Amino acid sequence: MAQAQTVTASDAELHFYVAEEHGHAEGGTMLGFWLYLMSDCLIFAILFATYGVLGRSYAAGPSGADLFDLKLVAVNTSMLLFSSITYGFAMLEMEKGDQRMTQRWLAITGAFGLCFIGLELYEFAHLIHEGATPQRSAFLSSFFTLVGTHGLHVTFGLIWLVTLMVQVHQRGLIPANRRRLLCLSMFWHFLDVIWIGVFTFVYLMGSLK
Amino acid sequence: MNSEPNPIDTYPHWWRLLFGRFTLESLPLHEPIVVVTFVAVAIGGLAVLGLITRYKLWGVLWRDWFTSVDHKKIGIMYMVLGLVMLLRGFADAVLMRSQQAIAHGGSDGFLPPHHYDQIFTAHGVIMIFFVAMPLVTGLMNYVVPLQIGARDVAFPFLNNFSFWMTTGGVVLTMMSLFIGEFAATGWLAYPPLSNIAYSPSVGVDYYIWALQIAGVGTTLSGVNLIATIVKMRAPGMSMMKMPVFAWTSLCTNVLIVASFPVLGAVLALLTLDRYVGTNFFTNDLGGNPMMYVNLIWIWGHPEVYILVLPAFGIFSEVTSTFSGKRLFGYASMVYATVVITILSYLVWLHHFFTMGSGASVNSFFGITTMIISIPTGAKIFNWLFTMYRGRIRFDLPMMWTVAFMLTFVIGGMTGVLLAVPPADFVLHNSLFLIAHFHNVIIGGVLFGLFAGIYYWWPKAFGFRLDPFWGKVSFWCWVVGFWVAFMPLYILGLMGVTRRMNAFPGTEYQPLFVIAAFGAALIACGIAAMIIQIAVSILRREQLADLTGDPWGGRTLEWATSSPPPAYNFAFTPMVHDGDAWWDMKNRGYKRPLEGYKSIHMPKNTGAGVIISAIATAFGIAMVWHVWWLAVISFVGVIAATIIHTFNYDRDYYIPADEVTRTEDERTRALARTTSPAVA
Amino acid sequence: MSARAPASDGAHSGSVHVEVTHDHHEAGHGSRKDYVTGFVLSVILTAIPFWLVMAEVFTDPRVTSFVIMAFAVVQIVVHMVYFLHMNARSEGGWTMMALIFTLVVVIIALSGSLWVMYHLNTNMMPMSPGDMRNMP
Repeated sequence: MAQAQTVTASDAELHFYVAEEHGHAEGGTMLGFWLYLMSDCLIFAILFATYGVLGRSYAAGPSGADLFDLKLVAVNTSMLLFSSITYGFAMLEMEKGDQRMTQRWLAITGAFGLCFIGLELYEFAHLIHEGATPQRSAFLSSFFTLVGTHGLHVTFGLIWLVTLMVQVHQRGLIPANRRRLLCLSMFWHFLDVIWIGVFTFVYLMGSLK
Repeated sequence: MNSEPNPIDTYPHWWRLLFGRFTLESLPLHEPIVVVTFVAVAIGGLAVLGLITRYKLWGVLWRDWFTSVDHKKIGIMYMVLGLVMLLRGFADAVLMRSQQAIAHGGSDGFLPPHHYDQIFTAHGVIMIFFVAMPLVTGLMNYVVPLQIGARDVAFPFLNNFSFWMTTGGVVLTMMSLFIGEFAATGWLAYPPLSNIAYSPSVGVDYYIWALQIAGVGTTLSGVNLIATIVKMRAPGMSMMKMPVFAWTSLCTNVLIVASFPVLGAVLALLTLDRYVGTNFFTNDLGGNPMMYVNLIWIWGHPEVYILVLPAFGIFSEVTSTFSGKRLFGYASMVYATVVITILSYLVWLHHFFTMGSGASVNSFFGITTMIISIPTGAKIFNWLFTMYRGRIRFDLPMMWTVAFMLTFVIGGMTGVLLAVPPADFVLHNSLFLIAHFHNVIIGGVLFGLFAGIYYWWPKAFGFRLDPFWGKVSFWCWVVGFWVAFMPLYILGLMGVTRRMNAFPGTEYQPLFVIAAFGAALIACGIAAMIIQIAVSILRREQLADLTGDPWGGRTLEWATSSPPPAYNFAFTPMVHDGDAWWDMKNRGYKRPLEGYKSIHMPKNTGAGVIISAIATAFGIAMVWHVWWLAVISFVGVIAATIIHTFNYDRDYYIPADEVTRTEDERTRALARTTSPAVA
Repeated sequence: MSARAPASDGAHSGSVHVEVTHDHHEAGHGSRKDYVTGFVLSVILTAIPFWLVMAEVFTDPRVTSFVIMAFAVVQIVVHMVYFLHMNARSEGGWTMMALIFTLVVVIIALSGSLWVMYHLNTNMMPMSPGDMRNMP
C-alpha cells in the first residue's frame, strides 16, 4: 500500500508503525470461503471412503448394476454442466456491470439446478419404490448418503442463489454482493467437481460387472 | 436391550406429539447424587442470575460481551467457558477415582454401573471438547491477532457465532445431566454399542448433537483464524518472522479445518444409523462397526495435535521470555510444527492396533507413530537450549513450563512404548493407556494452558495473578498429577483394564487409594487456583501493571496497553524482526503521542447468539424426537442466517477523538510507572 | 505450509489487503473463452466415460474403471482451471497450498481407509458358507 512505502527508514519516528490506517480488510473472504470448501471436501472424502469400503456390501440385495439408470444419470450430469457454464456467464455479465443480464443468467442457472434436484428426487423415489431403500444394505446406505449429501448441497446452493438474486435486486451489484456472487460461484463449481467423483466412482464404476 | 416397559407408552398421544419421548421419568429423580448436584447447581445458578439482575448487569453483558465481535472479549468468554467446564469434568474425575478406590472385594461402591458409564463418558467428552478446546481456542483468539499486529480476526461475526455454537454444545451436554441421561458408551461412542439397538435412550443422541453443534463452531473458528494469520499480519511480518505461538496456532487451525469435518461426517453417519435405520455401522446387512472406529480416529489423532500444538507455542513464548533470550532454533521449531501437522494424519490406526488389520498395516502405523516423536523431541531440545545460559526467571508461567518438560517427556516415552504393536496388544485399553494420555494431555496441554493463562492474564486484565496462591496451586497440581497417575501405569502393567466399575479382589485397592489421594491433591490445586483468582481480583491495585509489558516480553502483544483498547493498536505496527517488540525496545522505539486517526472496526451483533440458540433448540428437539420443534428450528436457523445476510451495516469508525482520549490515558498511566516494570 | 512462500511479501505484507481486492477480480473471473473451453472439454470428458461404460467398450471391467478414473481426474483438473480459476498466484499462493494440503489429506483418508478395511476384512473369520469356500 502506498502509505507503507512512504514510511522510510530515515524517519525514526515512523519506523515502527504505519501512520495511515488502511481500513478493516474484507480481503480474507475469498480465502476464508475457499478454506470452508476444503473442509466440505473432506466431508465428501469421508462419504466416498465409506462408499468405497461398504459399496460392495449388498447384503444379498440389489447392486449398482441392477439399479442404476445411466441414461438418467447422463441427463442429470448435463444439467449440472449446463448450470456451471450459465453461472460462468452470469459472472461475466457481473464483471461488465450488467445487472439485468446477470440476474437472467442466475435464473437460468437456478432452473438447471432445480432440474437436477428434480431428477435426483425422481431417481430416489423410484429406487425406494423398488424396495432399494437406504435401510436395505450398507451399499444403499452409503449410496443414498453420498449422493443425497451432494443433492442437499445443491439445494442449499439454490436457496442461496435465490437470496442473492433478491439482494442484487435490492442493492445492485455493489462490492458486497459481487463478493457474495463470487463465493456462490466457487460453491457451485465445487459441487460440480464433487459430482464428477460421484458419477465416475458411484454410477459408472457401480454399473460395471 | 431394555426389557423394562418404556414409560413413554403410558403417556397420551398429545403428550408424545408435544414433547416427543420426554417423560417425567426422564428426570433422574431416583439418583440422589444427581438430585443433590442439581439442587446445588440450581441454587448457585439462581444466585448468579440474582446478582446479575440486582446489579443490573444484563444490559452490560448483552451489549459488551454476548454480542461482542471483539476477539479479546470472545477469547475471554471461551476461557471462562473452559474453566467452568473444567470444574464439571473434574467433578466427574473425582467421582470415578472415589468409586474405584472403594469398590473392591465385593463392595459395589456408590455408583451403579450405568451411572458410572455415563460419568466416564461425560468426563472424556467434556475434558476434550468443552475444556481443552475452548481454552485452546480462547487463547488463540485472544493472543494471535495481538501477536500479528491486527485489529481483529478476519471474520469477527463468525468468531462470535463460533463461540455461541460451542456454548450450544455445552448447554446440551450439561442438560443431559439433569434431563434424561448422557451416553454410556465411552467418549468416542463406538458402535455397535452406540447404535440404536444397544443404546436406545437419549444419551448417545445428546452426545451426537452436542458434538455436532460445537463442531460447526470449532470448524468455522478454524477457518477464521487461518484467514486472520494468512491475511492480516502487520506489515513486515513475513511468515518466518511470525511468533512461534502464531505458527502453532496456524497449524492447529489447519488441523481443525482438515479434521473436524471428518468428525461431523462420521457422527452424521451414526445419526443416520440411529434415526433412519441405515446400516453403516450395524452388524447386519453389510454394515461394519470397525469403519466407524477407523473414520473417527482419522479425526481423533489430529485432534490430539490440535490440543498440544498451541501448548508447544505457549511454551516457546514463555521459555524465550523468561530466559531473556531469543528462542533457540526458531526455524527448526517451525519445521517441526509443520512436520507434526502432516504426520498427525498418518498415525490414526495406532488407536486400534488390536482391531486385526494384520502385520503390514500395524507395522506401518507403528513406525509412523514412532517417527512423529522425532520433531516433538526436537522441540524439547530447542526449549532446553533456549534456557541454557539464559537468565531464567522462575515466575509462574516458567514453573509450569519446566513441570511440562519433565512430565511430558515421560508421557511421550510411554507413548512410543504403546506405538510398538506387540506391546500395544498387551496394554491396549488398560490403565497404562489411561495414564499415558493423561500424562500428555495434563502434562502437555493443560500445563501449557495454565502457563498461557498466567502469562497473558496481565495482558487481558491489567494485573498479575497472585504468585503465592499460584505456587500453592502449582505444587498441588504437579505433585497431585504424579500421585494420581503413576499408580495407573503400574495397575495397567498389572493388567487392569479401563472403565471398570468394581473389582472382585482387593489386591488393586492400595494403588487406587493412592490415585484417589492424588486426585484430592489436584482438587486442592484447583481450589488454590480459584482462591488465587479471587485474591488477585481483590488485590488488583497492588498487582496492577501499567506498562503493558510486565514480563519483559518479546512479541507485539506486549507493545500495547493492558488490557488493550478495542482497536488493539492505535497505529498498525511495522515489523522488522522475529521478536518484534524486543527489537522495538532495543532500537529505541518511541510511542507516538499524536496524529491519531479514526479507526475502522466491526460492529457488534446479536445474530450469533440468536442463530446458535435456535441451533441448540434444534439439537434438543432431535434428542427428544420433538419433530415439530425440529422442523421449526431447522427452518429457523436457515431463515435467521438469511436475514442476517440482509444486514449490510456491519462496521463503524472509532472517532479520532476517542482514540486520542484512550491513548492519552495510556500516556499518563505510563508516566506513573516510576518503579521498574519487571518485578 | 511452506514457510518460504509469503516471505516475498516481506515488508509489503501490510499492503496485502488492498492488493487482494485486485486479485479477486482476476482470480474470480475467467474470460468467456475460458468458460466455453472448459465447458466443451468437460462435455467431452463426461461423454467418453459414459460411452465406455454404456457401450461396454472394454471387456475387462478393470480396464474400464482405470480409464474412467483417469478421465475423472483430468476433468477435475479442467474444472479447477477453467471454472474455479485455480492458479498458483491467487491469494499469494495460499489457495493452491490449501488445495494441495486438502488433497494430501483426502488421499490419505481414502486410500488409508480402503487399505485398513480391506486388510481387516481379509483377516476376519469367514461369516458365511460362501466365504468359507473362498478361503485362501
